[in-house]
Amino acid sequence: MDVLAPLLVIALLGVVVWLVTGPLRAGATAAEDVDAARREDLEAAKEAKYREIRDAELDLRTGKLSEDDWRAIDRELRAEAMELLRRLDELG
Amino acid sequence: MATVGQACLILALLTCAYGIGASLYGAIAGRRDWVDSGRRAVYALAVLATAAFVILESAFLRSDFHYSVVATHSSTTTPTFYKAAAAWSSQQGSLLLWVWLLSLWSSLVLFLVRRRLRDVAPYATAVLLGFGAFFTSLLIFAATPFETVAAAPAEGTGLNPLLRHPSMMIHPPMLYSGYTLWAIPFAFAIGALVVRRVDADWIRATRRFALAAWFFLGVGILLGARWSYAELGWGGYWAWDPVENASLLPWLTGTAFLHSVMVQEKRGMLKVWNVSLVLATGTLAILGTFLVRSGILDSIHAFGASTLGVPFVSLIGLMIAGSVALIVTRRDSLRSEHRLDSLLSREAVFLGNNLVLVGLAFVVFWGTFFPLISEAVTGEKAAVGPPWFDRYTVPLALVLVLLSGIGPVIAWRRATLANARRNFLWPVGAAVVTLALLIAFGVTSNVAAVTMFAFGAFVVAVVGQEVARGVSARRAMASEGPARALVSLVRRNRRRYGGYTVHVGMAVLFVGVAASTAFQHARDVRLSPTQSATIGGYQITYQRATARADYRGDRLERVALGAVLDVKRNGKHVTTLRTERGYYPSTAAFASGSIVQGIFDGDATSEVGMKAGLTRDLWTAIRPDPEYLNKVIDALVVKTRNQPIDQQFKVVGNLLGTYKQGAFPAQFRLISSPLVTWIWLGGIIVFAGGLIALWPAPDAARRRVTAGYAGRVARELGRA
Amino acid sequence: MDPSRKRRIRLIVALTAALILAGALAYTSFSASSAAVQPSKLLASTDSGRTYQLTGKVVDGSIRHQGDATLFRVRDRNGRASVPVSYVGTVPDPFRDGREVIVTVRKKGHTFVGERDSLITKCPSKFTDKPASNT
Repeated sequence: MDVLAPLLVIALLGVVVWLVTGPLRAGATAAEDVDAARREDLEAAKEAKYREIRDAELDLRTGKLSEDDWRAIDRELRAEAMELLRRLDELG
Repeated sequence: MATVGQACLILALLTCAYGIGASLYGAIAGRRDWVDSGRRAVYALAVLATAAFVILESAFLRSDFHYSVVATHSSTTTPTFYKAAAAWSSQQGSLLLWVWLLSLWSSLVLFLVRRRLRDVAPYATAVLLGFGAFFTSLLIFAATPFETVAAAPAEGTGLNPLLRHPSMMIHPPMLYSGYTLWAIPFAFAIGALVVRRVDADWIRATRRFALAAWFFLGVGILLGARWSYAELGWGGYWAWDPVENASLLPWLTGTAFLHSVMVQEKRGMLKVWNVSLVLATGTLAILGTFLVRSGILDSIHAFGASTLGVPFVSLIGLMIAGSVALIVTRRDSLRSEHRLDSLLSREAVFLGNNLVLVGLAFVVFWGTFFPLISEAVTGEKAAVGPPWFDRYTVPLALVLVLLSGIGPVIAWRRATLANARRNFLWPVGAAVVTLALLIAFGVTSNVAAVTMFAFGAFVVAVVGQEVARGVSARRAMASEGPARALVSLVRRNRRRYGGYTVHVGMAVLFVGVAASTAFQHARDVRLSPTQSATIGGYQITYQRATARADYRGDRLERVALGAVLDVKRNGKHVTTLRTERGYYPSTAAFASGSIVQGIFDGDATSEVGMKAGLTRDLWTAIRPDPEYLNKVIDALVVKTRNQPIDQQFKVVGNLLGTYKQGAFPAQFRLISSPLVTWIWLGGIIVFAGGLIALWPAPDAARRRVTAGYAGRVARELGRA
Repeated sequence: MDPSRKRRIRLIVALTAALILAGALAYTSFSASSAAVQPSKLLASTDSGRTYQLTGKVVDGSIRHQGDATLFRVRDRNGRASVPVSYVGTVPDPFRDGREVIVTVRKKGHTFVGERDSLITKCPSKFTDKPASNT
């Protein structure tokens, strides 16, 4: 027990240091990661936009939106979706 | 091992400090690698907290009384399940549980958004690690779980028998999961405000965590209410007790937040509301954690005495000051993108919802802290009781239920008469019919309750209508059978239909609360065997007394004196109720050598006799008359003085026999309460709805839809 | 009426309503509350007919039963001054010698009569700094 305890503590310390310094040791994967990050943010926004388009259609079919209102909203949302797709394409 | 545990805590604190520095440096200097290092510090915290928690748990499971915490909260006679749970019945163990849970969820959320919200995430990481540092410091400097004594006592104090109920053991982890999960959206809101990126991205990223927080907190609250009803001897489920209120406050503001964010996502409005609500919820969660353990509400002088008081109040003060400062300085970014077009619109209903829930929270807050407020104002501490709370919460609850029916179907921006007619005709009709039926059956004595029933019917009808229309829309699109259509409808629109389910559950729950409060019959009676009493149309007869002793090995664990009651209605037998009062001998009794006295010196609990039903609950608790009992006990104590222990156990047998034969009177609390079961059923429905909303959308469906829409949108792109 | 004026009116109405309600809340809380007092304060002065929320600890050995009523004495948390209480109603499970209680009482002659079902016993503190006395 007397020897085990300090050994365990050192082992834990080692795990923590290894975990935490990983990115510092790895260095420059920075550039490509920025793009990956922006892509993920855009993807998430696109998913949300598609959900809104589907929601609006369900609203129309269950009678919560009139035909005219829905058409206007749908057009607006699709335009926003197109914009998102365009920006995603830009990222390549 | 205790030293390893302590070392884990110290390492954890250092890791938190490092992580905060690394995240902030990385964010300000634009260094991605330092930000990632900061995020990994959170993972490291999770590893260390897990190790510390495992060490503590194993100490409890092994009944290692070298640990002070184990010696004061557990014993060898405690069943294994409760040994494990005893870890968080202690101050230190519960703080460790808090840190551990926080580290788990923080690791999860930061892993899931590791490539998103690049600007916001580092600040959120710093905030989460800040909480980690706070609690870890408390664990190291104020309430260490790893304190050991060289000479371990032979036996521990044991778990308070009132806590030996499964729901009481699950209740703290549920509440703590709720509190710690609220730290996630709190942290991301702070981060979003700091970098002025307050559009809906941070909300979307943390939505599931906010929903999970709401879910677990609600489960914890309901479990507490259930425990109070089924285990304590007063037969109620809610007493507006400060401890109950402390957990309700963040749940109320959290519910407002979950709804209000929908308006921001749809129309870019209510941004100030949303950040305020989530920051308030996080602060109230910390307040809730603190309130239970501080004693602050009994005496303003007590919080100085408790070593945890000052740090917690400082943290809460910092959170409030920081939140206000951030919101005020970022108010430009928080401007609404649109304005309220009409008071008859979904936006207005959501706003009303916010106001009602915040109003409820304010009432509960005011009533809970009134002793401190009145002391500050008048110098005299005064307290308000349940009648005061009920006066304000009942009307607010009625409005809340009504809004939960209107909200799902009223139009965005501006409701038109045609729209109203289409959507409200049937539900209003259902409410009117319900009202008419109630009046016809003479159920009119309590206006608030009857109104709640009508509103409840309204809500259920709205949801029913929505489901029916959704199913027929789905069938029109995909030619499926009704059952399949329902399933795929819910699968594809989990948030919407999960939310509707929650509304139905809340309506059922409120109807149960209204009925069981307004139409309850309660009596305290004193019966000897063969005597009867009537309550609410039932005739209750005390048939016979029961008495038994529970041993664990050769240790007397408890003596239970009780009764068997026969319940009849109109002469026909309905059910048999069994109730007991359990007496747990104090550990001092065994040490001092007088068993009999010791039995009744320890803790006592009620075993409630209950027949639950869909329409009403019959509830009873017994309290054997102490006057008679004391005479018997005193005689036995005299007889057994100076006798060896095993002789004394025989005496216990005598005591039981005497009680069974002796026709002693006992006090009974008898309650007949309608629709109590609807409260628990409503709760289950609410949580089912929460699960539906939480569940990730099926990948296949998402991809299919994506391909379809992407195709169409892409095609339009080509045309344009 | 132009929209911004309408909005301002709505805001003013809403704020006024909130203030009135908050005022009602505060006012009723002060009038509906019972002063929370310890026995020493009760011994010093009491208004007859007024209810007080008596807080303190149950004096060891003082619990007796007389028919339906439970008689006990409540003392200051950190002191010896104590008052007698006569109480009818639900007695919570944790109620015993030395436990902290809160009970709504009214002075009647030399004793204090507890309001029915108003007796609350605090759970023995799980979170004290001193070692828990054996229960």
